[in-house]
Amino acid sequence: MNKKQKKVLIRIIAAAFFVVVFSMLPVDGYLKFGLFMIPYFVISYDILKKAIKGIRNRQVFDENFLMAVATVGAILLGDYKEGVAVMLFYQIGELFQSYAVGKSRKNISELMDIRPDYANIEREGHLEKVDPDEVEIGSMIVVQPGEKIPIDGVVTEGRTTLNTSALTGESLPRDAEPGDEVISGCINMTGVIRIKTTKEFGESAVSKILDLVENSSSKKSKSENFISKFARYYTPAVCCSALALAVLPPLARLFLGASPQWGDWVYRALTFLVISCPCALVISIPLSFFAGIGGASHAGILVKGSNYLETLARTKYVVFDKTGTLTRGIFEVSGIHHNTMEQEKILEFAALTESFSSHPISRSLKQAYGKDLDSSRVSDVEELAGKGVTAKVDGISVAVGNTRLMEYLNLSCKECHQAGTVVHVAIDGAYAGHILISDAVKANSEEAIRQLKKSGIKKTVMLTGDADRAAQQVAADLGVDMVYSELLPADKVTKVEELLNSKSDKEKLAFVGDGINDAPVLSRADIGIAMGALGSDAAIEAADIVLMDDDPLKIVKAIRIARKCLRIVYENIYFAIGIKVICLILGALGIANMWVAIFADVGVMVIAVLNAIRTLFVKKL
Amino acid sequence: MKKTYKIEVDCANCANKMEEAAKKTAGVKNATVNFMTLKMIVEFEEGQEPKTVMQEVLKNCKKVEDDCEIFL
Repeated sequence: MNKKQKKVLIRIIAAAFFVVVFSMLPVDGYLKFGLFMIPYFVISYDILKKAIKGIRNRQVFDENFLMAVATVGAILLGDYKEGVAVMLFYQIGELFQSYAVGKSRKNISELMDIRPDYANIEREGHLEKVDPDEVEIGSMIVVQPGEKIPIDGVVTEGRTTLNTSALTGESLPRDAEPGDEVISGCINMTGVIRIKTTKEFGESAVSKILDLVENSSSKKSKSENFISKFARYYTPAVCCSALALAVLPPLARLFLGASPQWGDWVYRALTFLVISCPCALVISIPLSFFAGIGGASHAGILVKGSNYLETLARTKYVVFDKTGTLTRGIFEVSGIHHNTMEQEKILEFAALTESFSSHPISRSLKQAYGKDLDSSRVSDVEELAGKGVTAKVDGISVAVGNTRLMEYLNLSCKECHQAGTVVHVAIDGAYAGHILISDAVKANSEEAIRQLKKSGIKKTVMLTGDADRAAQQVAADLGVDMVYSELLPADKVTKVEELLNSKSDKEKLAFVGDGINDAPVLSRADIGIAMGALGSDAAIEAADIVLMDDDPLKIVKAIRIARKCLRIVYENIYFAIGIKVICLILGALGIANMWVAIFADVGVMVIAVLNAIRTLFVKKL
Repeated sequence: MKKTYKIEVDCANCANKMEEAAKKTAGVKNATVNFMTLKMIVEFEEGQEPKTVMQEVLKNCKKVEDDCEIFL
């Protein structure tokens, strides 16, 4: 609690004490009035002051005014205890609200506490802590175990394990060794590493993320706008009805010759005023969204505004880019077929033959082989452009390449029935089989599609520039509903537009891409989700939601968080307005007294705020 | 041109009132107040000097909510 809150707490305790003691004293008349004035002023002097200032500034209808009129009215009617109690509970409610808001502000800023405070630079053998802003590109920085990596860069020395959970929400640690790119904000866990920076602090991942999160507030959701509009008309409307309730029925009764019962009707009007305070709504809706965005960022999902959370909750169509989104975008050996000798052996020969090449295919071969290659075993390397490579390995002639190479060597080869790039291998003048290299599907893609379906997504669509056969196969493996293949980047925009036109306005369409080449599509869709986009500025710029790692299950999680958040927002809207309307009716009929009114005001607010805070908990979604 | 200012205000409805007041100030094209992050984002009209406009914004905000502050 801060100073202001503590002061209010003391006033509440003091006022409550006085009220309890004075109610037990056998006093009456002016003495009772005088005694009750003490707790009344203790608890309400600031509200009264604000109410008077409000009137002077012609801002009459605010809650201070409502509370002032209601309590002064109650006291004039002789209900001293109720007058003080209304103010007391109002203050308790305000205190609770400010405490809850402060607490969730702190929680969320702690969740996003990834800002590094310093960078270690080595000068004359000593480590010196400097402001990360002052470190230039290409500087060498040292990161010790337990410290955050302050600036993006490449590891030049040392091996370690990095904890990326603050950035990606992923708890699995990542290994880093010389040559690896590392991003700022990760926590170095085990070893000392030296990093050569590749970016300035302002351009580093950490700064970009913080910037994005801090500015996420500029776009408000429809629900928020609805509530602020509602509050603007609601308060004056209730005030006018209260006035009418206080004056019209007694006048009517007077006219009809009955006793006017002024006191009764004024009391009813005053309960009206107490109920009318819009606090519960006005605070709980933005709080829900704020907590939702905060919880999402903790899970590695950055949402650029509460309006996007709203749209995401209504998403019924999800369109995926294939490469890098559903598949890993890395080409890997996925099979070895028709082999005449052991797979391991073929791979070894192929990798050795290609060991001098830097072609992506030779890289995948080397990776699949996995062991160190002794290039002294290879001689007479000959690259045949557009065909492949021939060489001698351990004195045996080996040819590695495509169908044309096999034709050139007058060898018959077997075609592959699966999609991907086929590398034929011939050893010692005989066909030895082929190696299939393809873009591997991400481990979680199938699960993600299944879960999307389960959570009510109507249609999943995959767009790709790949050949139709490869695309169809991936789509069938994953269970995607529709595929459009052989698309140019511009075609993807057209396809998304077609899909946008074919659906109803209420159902939203999300596009998920890895940010490479698909910035235009990201901005064209109702909601653009960029994946693993830490490296791509264009994607962060164009997307509405940024997933910090490239796990497709995060899409499902994002949708669930958005839905939970919206559900709570609607719960709060219906609950708060519902209770208030019921209490207003009961109050007008004379059934609800001041105590019910206090519940309708403070109680509803406390419940709504507690409900709103639930959005922060997204772990189990 | 858009600028972000830190603000200090106690209640959510007051924040909404500040937003209204800021929007109505001459020279302000649009304004958003976020109560949760305690920030005011002001979009100025072309050719307006933010400093002088913000003085007016502060004055108008004080009028609707006495207990508020904008850190200029």
